Amino acid sequence: MGYFSDGMHKALGLLLNMDDATFSAIQATLSSTSCALVIAMILGLPLGFLLGYASFPGKKALRLISDTLLAFPTVLIGLIVYVFITYRGPLGQFGLLFTLPGMVIGQSILALPIIVSWTAQAVESLDKRCRETLLTLGASPLQVALYTIREIRYDLGMVCVTAFGRVVTEVGVAMMLGGNIRYSTRTMTTAISLETSKGEFAQGIALGLVLLLIAFLVNFLLAWFRRMGRA
Amino acid sequence: MNHFGKTLLGALFALSCAAPVQAADTLMMATTTSTQDSGLLEYLAPTFEKETGIELKWVAVGTGKALEISKNCDADVLLVHAPDVEKKFIEDGYGIDRRQIMYNDFVIVGPKADPAKIAGKTTAEALKSIYDAKAGFVSRGDKSGTHSAELALWKKSNLNPDKEPFYISAGQGMMATLAIAAEKGAYALTDRGTWIKYANKQGDSNPLTIVVEGDSALFNQYSVITTNPALCPNVKPSLAGRFEDWWVKPETQKLIEDYKLEGKQLFFPNADK
Repeated sequence: MGYFSDGMHKALGLLLNMDDATFSAIQATLSSTSCALVIAMILGLPLGFLLGYASFPGKKALRLISDTLLAFPTVLIGLIVYVFITYRGPLGQFGLLFTLPGMVIGQSILALPIIVSWTAQAVESLDKRCRETLLTLGASPLQVALYTIREIRYDLGMVCVTAFGRVVTEVGVAMMLGGNIRYSTRTMTTAISLETSKGEFAQGIALGLVLLLIAFLVNFLLAWFRRMGRA
Repeated sequence: MNHFGKTLLGALFALSCAAPVQAADTLMMATTTSTQDSGLLEYLAPTFEKETGIELKWVAVGTGKALEISKNCDADVLLVHAPDVEKKFIEDGYGIDRRQIMYNDFVIVGPKADPAKIAGKTTAEALKSIYDAKAGFVSRGDKSGTHSAELALWKKSNLNPDKEPFYISAGQGMMATLAIAAEKGAYALTDRGTWIKYANKQGDSNPLTIVVEGDSALFNQYSVITTNPALCPNVKPSLAGRFEDWWVKPETQKLIEDYKLEGKQLFFPNADK
């Protein structure tokens, strides 16, 4: 099995030679993933917080739905969004299919339930007595909410890293909505699946290693932010 | 949210959500996997872009899906290889201006032991022997051009293997289908380009070999088609026209002829002069 050592060798080559196609794939991966993550965070963090913090009728049902969506197959998300953004679909006039923004829509939907459910989970895992004590000590509801957010800020960081990992490694949405277009919507994962279908296994492994390296760098950065935040 | 969080979020946003700059003239092409996987498109695209000033983008899917994408107006032009299906597509009014540009051929590959004894037979006889011997046969099963060619061959032999246990419908690309055939010691129909790449990778340990080739029934014609602008107002007919003219002109035809994979010519230009 020379594939693996060959792959390692090629991965280094791709990075050191500043290979155009590889860097374009890295760029497409990072920009679509981070854009999707930002959108999912803007929508998901407040929603998740509400779901974990407030009590209202239908809360359990909503939570159940969000938890179920954690298991949403990426290909199905791709298919549903595809139907909406194809030229003949309801959002057809925007020409989103086979573009990065089209891909971002699918990836945001993929990341959203992760952020909502896990944020709610983080809020719920806080000791209930904290909140009661703060209230008896005369804190206003706003102060209590702010305190809660402060307490779970590192959990939220973890939630976002998890969502990032899910989006950056998925291939179904990127392939269906992006179309794996060279120098445009070809991401690391669709490039890997292309190289595999071409029988270039070593090249596929090389790209996979580069993807892992990126994930490592992102996690390393976040760990660093976290340490700085604590200091 | 703390200061670092804000900086991080801002940086992410700036990095990612800036609108991509679109070139003025872009053509979206839906094509079959073989033109991409063989490397032909990457070889031709730079010349096309230089000569016409049009940026060519493509999605590589099976011929069936490529036609479907064009029906939905999501591609301007097509490069596909399933003549019967294409003609129906044109008759139904979805596409216009179909021009033949090149061909290559299919081959039937199988285990070196050749359990159904089909070496040297015609395609029709070979399929009959596979059917009678209940020897394994792996089909693409994905509505690709190769799949529809295979179905047409079975039909021409008046056989229907669909429900037979020896008939494996893979639902995967050509390279994966060959890998399955090798694992299972089965026969398969493949385009020659993918076969050359596969055989080259496997080297001496390749359990498969070509058993039937050179039959006129195995001819594989590639054509370009323009999505009907009357049905899809977003299609750019003038760009599509330049695209089609480019494929059939002698210089491009020569380029196609010169393209070699592992030292072998892969596509044979045959545009109408």
